[in-house]
Amino acid sequence: MKPFAYVKPADVAGAVRAVSGEPGAKFLGGGTNLVDLMREGVERPDTVVDVTGLPLDTIDELPGGGLRIGALVRNGTLTADERVRARYPVLSQALLAGASAQLRNMATVGGNLLQRTRCPYFYDHAAACNKREPGGGCDALGGLNRSHAVLGVSGSCIAAHPSDMCVALAALDAVIEVESVRGTRRIPMTGFHRLPGDTPEIETELAPDELVTAVELPSAPFAARSRYRKVRDRASYAFALVSVAAALEVRDGAVTAVRLALGGVGAKPWRAHEAERILLGGPAGEESFTRAAEAELAGADVRPGNAFKVHLARATVVATLRELNTGEGTA
Amino acid sequence: MRVNGAVESLDVQPWVSLLDALRDRLGVTGPKKGCDQGACGACTVLADGVRINACLALAVQYDGREITTVEGLASGEELHPLQAAFIRHDGLQCGYCTPGQLCSAVAMLAEHRAGMPSAVTERSGELTEAEIRERMSGNLCRCGAYNGIVDAIRDVAAQEAR
Repeated sequence: MKPFAYVKPADVAGAVRAVSGEPGAKFLGGGTNLVDLMREGVERPDTVVDVTGLPLDTIDELPGGGLRIGALVRNGTLTADERVRARYPVLSQALLAGASAQLRNMATVGGNLLQRTRCPYFYDHAAACNKREPGGGCDALGGLNRSHAVLGVSGSCIAAHPSDMCVALAALDAVIEVESVRGTRRIPMTGFHRLPGDTPEIETELAPDELVTAVELPSAPFAARSRYRKVRDRASYAFALVSVAAALEVRDGAVTAVRLALGGVGAKPWRAHEAERILLGGPAGEESFTRAAEAELAGADVRPGNAFKVHLARATVVATLRELNTGEGTA
Repeated sequence: MRVNGAVESLDVQPWVSLLDALRDRLGVTGPKKGCDQGACGACTVLADGVRINACLALAVQYDGREITTVEGLASGEELHPLQAAFIRHDGLQCGYCTPGQLCSAVAMLAEHRAGMPSAVTERSGELTEAEIRERMSGNLCRCGAYNGIVDAIRDVAAQEAR
């Protein structure tokens, strides 16, 4: 690991000052991703600003029934919060579907938002990767790409976004609160991550000197009926091949509220706006669920290794919506 | 920090992991370096009773904390009930992953008692085999001693319930 200077500020103002005008500085949370990437030489910060001493580790009520989750709340703590489990079960389930108990105990909410891809070429210094070395090429395009994305990809990068939590946050219309020496701003979750385009090394709208301070979940009564369903190569402790975060409200056979987001298939956590548009106001049933899933996946850009994901995603979307609609088909 | 009850004072570079500090500086070699990337669980230790992967933890982040490794589980010559159960149920073969399995299992039972959910049950219920396998999925065993590990943990959970 490349040597670095270490600072541990006690307050947010000190933390954002520590990175201001320091392009080589990085914030460190639980370390589950950054420490690994530093050891692999993919991340090489000059200064590590440990933010785990900041008072951002509470979950608070928002006026109107939402929740404000501090950026340093550990993933494990969030899974167990009774308010999250009752009002946003999809979020608790998504977190529980990810990583291991040890990693969830370490990982922070803010860190999970900034989690980087597990594309093997991104970690392999002998391989070409535009995300690791901009302009270097992409060996995943013609290589082993079974785990890669099919939505939102570009000719520069087909890496899949790895987070489960982010898929649930995209479905829940979460808002990310960030702070820098310039002040505070709020970024909608669905606009927080960027598609790769020609600059896959830039993954979010966050400026290098901005600190994620909180995630806000707006009130969404229908989300009490929500579900996260994850398909992977082994029963636990594996990244998603496909995952679905969904909330569904049906009255008299018609869809009155729906939220749908996909994981494992997108270059970013993929909010399924097109599928939602088709579903909303229409009949709840197998035919409309299938039509919506197919419309969302119509723009898929597949490679030999990951073409199966289109079929798998369609089936998983339909199964998840069916389960929410009828209560049947528990995974 | 305090390691297995003893106060240890260390000067470490900020890039030294908790695992390396324990093994190379303090001679506490129970926690193992399997993958060194948070994928195997052999380095699992308890920080203030909470299970973590020591390979992904920088030692400086655990300044002043209480660290427990497999060496700290027994009371003198008396094995921890999980250690005794692992022997009884053949919960190991080569033994490399065992220190991590044991620390993980100690914390897992505590999490279950505290009502932590899992991907198997949204409400903490009986510790079924499926439940134990899910909650222990962060600890790999390449010998495949999983059946014995699960039996050992079920045995201890049943003892605790009595």
